[in-house]
Amino acid sequence: MALLEVENLQTHFRAQDGVNRAVDGVTFHVNAGETVAIVGESGCGKSVTAMSILRLIPEPPGKIAGSIRFNGRDLLKLSDKEMRSIRGNEISMIFQEPMTSLNPVLTVGKQIGETLRLHQGMSAAQAEARAVEMLKLVGIPEPQRRVKEYPHQLSGGMRQRVMIAIALACNPKLLIADEPTTALDVTIQAQILDLMRDLKRTVGAAIVIITHDLGVVAEVAERVIVMYAGRKVEEASVGKLFRTPRHPYTQGLLGSMPKLGSSLTGDETRLQEIPGLVPSLKRKLDGCVFASRCPYTTDLCRAVAPALEEKDDGHVAACHYAPKEAVAA
Amino acid sequence: MFAYIVRRVLATIPVMAIVALFVFSLLYIAPGDPAAVIAGDQATPEDVERIRQSLGLDRPYLVRFGEWVFRILRGDLGVSIFTNLPVSLMIQQRIEPTLSLMVVTLLLAVTIAVPMGVVAAWKAGTWIDNAVMSFAVLSFSVPVFVVGYLLAYIFALELDWLPVQGYTPFSNGFGPWIQNLILPAVALGSVYIALIARITRATMLEVLQQDYIRTARAKGAGQRSILFLHALKNAAVPIVTVIGIGIALLIGGAVVTESVFAIPGLGRLTVDAILRRDYPVIQGVVLLFSFVYVLVNLAIDLLYTLFDPRIRY
Repeated sequence: MALLEVENLQTHFRAQDGVNRAVDGVTFHVNAGETVAIVGESGCGKSVTAMSILRLIPEPPGKIAGSIRFNGRDLLKLSDKEMRSIRGNEISMIFQEPMTSLNPVLTVGKQIGETLRLHQGMSAAQAEARAVEMLKLVGIPEPQRRVKEYPHQLSGGMRQRVMIAIALACNPKLLIADEPTTALDVTIQAQILDLMRDLKRTVGAAIVIITHDLGVVAEVAERVIVMYAGRKVEEASVGKLFRTPRHPYTQGLLGSMPKLGSSLTGDETRLQEIPGLVPSLKRKLDGCVFASRCPYTTDLCRAVAPALEEKDDGHVAACHYAPKEAVAA
Repeated sequence: MFAYIVRRVLATIPVMAIVALFVFSLLYIAPGDPAAVIAGDQATPEDVERIRQSLGLDRPYLVRFGEWVFRILRGDLGVSIFTNLPVSLMIQQRIEPTLSLMVVTLLLAVTIAVPMGVVAAWKAGTWIDNAVMSFAVLSFSVPVFVVGYLLAYIFALELDWLPVQGYTPFSNGFGPWIQNLILPAVALGSVYIALIARITRATMLEVLQQDYIRTARAKGAGQRSILFLHALKNAAVPIVTVIGIGIALLIGGAVVTESVFAIPGLGRLTVDAILRRDYPVIQGVVLLFSFVYVLVNLAIDLLYTLFDPRIRY
């Protein structure tokens, strides 16, 4: 059974001039121990999806509908208290901005210890001792000293390590990482990704990683979900997605990625961009959400929204024209 | 840290010197001749001149200031022109009621206003928030003496729950002492409560938008812990600043409040001294109030480091 099953997730925000359909009918699952990446441009609903899973969307103005089953329990039906006992314990989250995601007036040790005291009933002393272990685990030198320091005394990379330590302190079954490396230097990015991969092996947590960086996806993910304008437009194993992207949007994303050394080998080409912007999510779109930017758009695309269709074994895409291969029986 | 405290204490010396010069000059240039007041209506100009000489009022300004400062440094605030008692003794006799009133008001205001502001920020836009803000506006617009008489009328005269006026020393027991202080403290504190509640709400609203609050929620922290641990500690610096600044408000308000509730404190002493042009008493009291205010500011600066580790000296 899947660890997390998100079904027809709809997260809408009431705004002055209508309803913003930030996430509009997304379905996916995450198996235990698996790493799934959710990719897409800014504003396509990746972060809102992640926040919806932990019910961190303020309601109102937000409204979450559909179902989010975690270990068979529908998170959307839990009381606030039950939900709190899951946050930071069974499902934890790390955020994009390590510089601002830690509380500036509490010591690192207190912030790691807080989850342990909340969810495992540890005493202050036990929690601090465990915090030191966690700091060591995430590769922070001199953990004994660091545990008593405040976030402003740490670098960005170290702060993200602290965030990871907080997230993993209670051995969660699922870790949601929302752009965990976006705000970091490239060298630090690689370190953080390595760390996440290592820890995943030791802790055994499943990871949902949200990113717009396809390099990160190739590095860590096993399966990829491509989101566009609040919908899932394609899903495949990482190998299939990079080799044979089916949806024109995915093809566009891959085409906009620079190839290392291309200017030296002579096959230098201008980076391809996807023209236009993500459409406004305020009005209901009739046809394909990508129709306004797709190079292959026809009248059919503008009139009828394509359903998600299995194009190949375990490879689904929402496109009328994406080639379909014989699905292995 | 210790070096900082020493430096800060030393820095208060020039501040106090300027305050002292100001206090001294203010009365020197103020209208009204104390010699004429003491001499009375029937006195001849010669009588007035004699009294002025005996008080030393005829000697040069700077000489008098110098002498005055040296006496104060020895702890001698002079002798009241009117009662012939040492000013320090008069202050000593009157300080307890005022100190009690200020401390009770401060504690009452902080314990009511801070949670009020926190809840208003948490429930921003709801009727709770509107109620708190309406109360704050109301408190700002009604003067202390109106609130005072209103409270005395309702809770003392009509309901007979609390004494109308007066003061009972702390040595007579906590019960009678606090009973006499509740109404004056509420009257004096209402503006103060409004001020602190407003700044708390505004600061908390901003803090609650921060990323680390989202992190705290993602950790599974409860609402109370998010508000009072994660958010309030971050909002503390502006709130503490306003609490400190507000103490000046209390000093001014104490004068009026003591009159309304017939409390024999420093406020009444000040008013009486001003009416009688009792220079040494006025100078002594104003100097004391300034000194207290400088100390409060020092305390606030030191408190900052307690709430925000990023502030280092």
